[in-house]
Amino acid sequence: MDAISLPFVWAGLLAVAVFLYVILDGADLGLGILFPFANTDEDRDVMMNSIAPVWDGNETWLVLGGGGLFAAFPKAYAALMPAVYMPIGFMLTALIFRGVAFEFRFKASGSGKRIWDQAFHWGSIVATFAQGLILGTIVQGIELENGRFAGDMFGWLTPFSFVVGCALIWGYTLLGSTWLIIKTEGTLLDWSRRVGIVSALVVIAMMAIVSFWVPALDVAAAQRWGISYPDIDWGRLAPLLPIPLLVAVAFWQLIRSIRSGATYAPHMWASSLFLLGFVGLLIGIFPYLVPYSLTFYEAAAAPKSQGLLLIGAVIMLPIILGYTAYVFWIFRGKMSADAGYHH
Amino acid sequence: MIDGNDMVFLARLQFAFTIAFHIIFPSFTIGLASYLAMLEGLWLKTRRDVYLKLYRFWVKIFAVSFGMGVVSGLVMSYQFGTNWSLFSELTGNVLGPLLGYEVLTAFFLEASFLGIMLFGWNKVGPRLHFTATCIVAVGTLFSAFWILAANSWMQTPAGYEIIDGVFHATDWIEVIFNPSFPYRFVHMVLAAYCTTGLVVAAVGGYLLLRDPERETARVMTHMALGFLAIMVPLQMIAGHEHGANVYEHQPIKLAAMEGHWETYDDNAPLLLVGFPDEENERNDFEIAVPKVGSLIVGGSFDSKIRGLKEWPVDERPPVATVFWSFRVMVGLGMLMLFIGLFGALLMWRGHVQKQRWFLRLCMLSGPAGFVAVISGWIVAEVGRQPYTVYGLLRTADSVSPVTAGAVGTSLIVFVFVYTIVFGAGLYYILQLIRRGPEGPARPPSAAEGEALRGTPLALGRDGPELFGGTAGK
Ligand code: HDD
Ligand code: HEM
Ligand code: HEM
Repeated sequence: MDAISLPFVWAGLLAVAVFLYVILDGADLGLGILFPFANTDEDRDVMMNSIAPVWDGNETWLVLGGGGLFAAFPKAYAALMPAVYMPIGFMLTALIFRGVAFEFRFKASGSGKRIWDQAFHWGSIVATFAQGLILGTIVQGIELENGRFAGDMFGWLTPFSFVVGCALIWGYTLLGSTWLIIKTEGTLLDWSRRVGIVSALVVIAMMAIVSFWVPALDVAAAQRWGISYPDIDWGRLAPLLPIPLLVAVAFWQLIRSIRSGATYAPHMWASSLFLLGFVGLLIGIFPYLVPYSLTFYEAAAAPKSQGLLLIGAVIMLPIILGYTAYVFWIFRGKMSADAGYHH
Repeated sequence: MIDGNDMVFLARLQFAFTIAFHIIFPSFTIGLASYLAMLEGLWLKTRRDVYLKLYRFWVKIFAVSFGMGVVSGLVMSYQFGTNWSLFSELTGNVLGPLLGYEVLTAFFLEASFLGIMLFGWNKVGPRLHFTATCIVAVGTLFSAFWILAANSWMQTPAGYEIIDGVFHATDWIEVIFNPSFPYRFVHMVLAAYCTTGLVVAAVGGYLLLRDPERETARVMTHMALGFLAIMVPLQMIAGHEHGANVYEHQPIKLAAMEGHWETYDDNAPLLLVGFPDEENERNDFEIAVPKVGSLIVGGSFDSKIRGLKEWPVDERPPVATVFWSFRVMVGLGMLMLFIGLFGALLMWRGHVQKQRWFLRLCMLSGPAGFVAVISGWIVAEVGRQPYTVYGLLRTADSVSPVTAGAVGTSLIVFVFVYTIVFGAGLYYILQLIRRGPEGPARPPSAAEGEALRGTPLALGRDGPELFGGTAGK
């Protein structure tokens, strides 16, 4: 392994970890966002039970994201975390409420149960919104001095990052609803389909708003796409046009598959929308890990450190993916709506 | 105005608070996971109902504590970056891979197989289910392995070089198996086992007090007391060896633990109690046993023990905190030893359930393990001050360039949230304990399993017939 390619490999691995987190836990958080809007308590039980065996594993990708950043790019971790100090705090506190609600909800009675329902819901919303704030802050760019954070503690507090936060809430709602399409039957299934259509429409609108907003921020990401209002550099933009086109295709397929009553396809197409958005983001910020001040090769840990962990990752990631798939497979199929626990 | 020192202080306070909370859950789940694996193994082997009942009972408590361990751990893994970014930047090359391996080899394993363990009764056969329980138990030990390797490296750094102030690893085996790691790992795992043993004995004692004839209560009390009778003496040996290691590698910490201001070339006394007075560099009201300090700490009467005065004031840890925490830990160790040995004696005589005062003592000692664990960590961590990497990187040079306001506010929020959330968790655990391990012991039938598929109520109050609780319905 030569030292030049290692940081690249690690940047790729981290991107995969973050993407898997977003897809997997995104659906869980989406369920939490939708939670109080479900029609009956039984529906809520089914919703929660559909992710109870897997949410912890899903959340672990977030731990890998944080831990991997620390391990492979300590300078970026050290520069980034103080910049998003407060949103990270919101996210962690919210995830505490979301996480314990799984266990507590079924231990509590009466009003206690209501409280944990709310904790689950608001925990999911705030965690999602905070993740959006973090993403927005990153896209705006982070000010460093001598490689260390030198910006404002409130740098994340901008209209742009708020909109990204809202966009992510709708995005996860979409993932949550398409997950429910896989797992549910009957009226809950019909409801999930309706929610899926609505949230898909909002998501596509939000994606458009954010995409057209980024150039207005006057950041390097927009130049990468060849857009700096009012000029458009077609030489740069043209080769990238397949991405928005694919977004349109994925969106159309998503709506169509929900309408046609497909089971798995909607979730797949919703995930593809996320993938395309993610690729668009990466094109914008590559090769920065802390936009637009620290690239991933500048932030890389010593080759020896990246190398050691890479060995572990190469061996362990396939195993992890294997048993994760196995667990999903064990708990596959529809949740029966009449789960008979009232006997 | 708030200055840099306050920032350091608040960051330390936040770290101490959040990790002290986190460690409570692993200390319990490491031990409980192994206990559950043992119960399920015994059940598979003997098919005695009582083991299955106990499994069903403890797995519910396990699920609640594990959930709290996970969410409080998530906070930890981001705290290095948010509050200790300079530390992360400088030590990332060395510590990063260790924490990375923890995620790759332990966290995913635990989190995924936990799903099968809690919700998989009818999805997989009993053997596979047992395998899942064992995997979770091993996962918790892997977790402890890597995180303690990281912590021990900060205590006794080895296998590194410093280039431009940044740590680089030169030899990974030396980094991982640094001088204090084997001792810390053994001592911590035994601590987790003792802590769990005490909790099980406390619950057993409580249930026996209510109903001396209850078989489940008797079996769990006997198992726990027998276990403690073996584990606590081992823990004392391990602790002693750990102390010898501190003597060798962190003499300032040892001086603080022992409360020695002066250096003794030989025949140092052993201080039992006293009040360290840092200003005047002496102890008030000391009670000491002459000469045996050298013997116990250094291995012979001729061992030299260096006193705190050998180091400048700004190299010394807060003496009284270290001194007293150490005594709390060791004192509780003595209490556990008594419970284990006396309990074994009663068991041998065959009448544990008749000694109500002893059962009451067991009950009251339930939290002792947690207190000992936290005290032990305070000895280790505060005794390392003023350094984060012993002798090399000062705590004051480790913190993030963030404002004291942000750290203080988040600290207040964490205190508030943890109190509510973990208070509720404790309440639910106590409720489960009060209900006790009742109900018929059999794996749920296929139909019931279908109904229960993937439902947390397998662990909750809604599944009384199948999973324990009879009350409340
Ligand atoms: C049930 C818990 C428990 C019990 C009964 C004991 N310990 Fe302990 N001790 C721990 C739980 C613990 C711990 C939480 O696991 C620590 C904290 C850091 C570590 O490595 O282990 C620890 C640390 C620790 C240290 C500090 C290591 C350092 O500073 O790096 C010493 C010297 C001892 N122990 C010695 C003892 C002795 C002589 C004991 C005999 C009575 C004893 N411990 C009982
Ligand atoms: C195992 C991995 C651990 C690591 C890597 C670690 C690391 C650190 C760091 C970076 C600090 C801040 C700097 C300082 O004040 O020393 C710290 C402080 C502290 N840690 Fe740990 N720690 C670990 C485990 C624990 C555990 C399990 C506990 C106890 C429950 C603990 C208790 C403390 C306390 C009490 C402080 C504050 C010390 C003071 O304010 O003087 N640590 N530790
Ligand atoms: C600074 C230090 C620490 C960090 C950053 C940390 C991080 C974490 C994280 C992120 C989790 C959740 C894993 C998941 O998602 O499943 C976790 C759980 C766990 N941690 Fe820690 N941890 C620290 C200290 C410790 C120590 C000192 C021990 C034990 C000796 C320990 C043992 C465990 C175990 C066994 C679990 C499994 C969950 C549980 O038992 O509750 N951790 N930790």
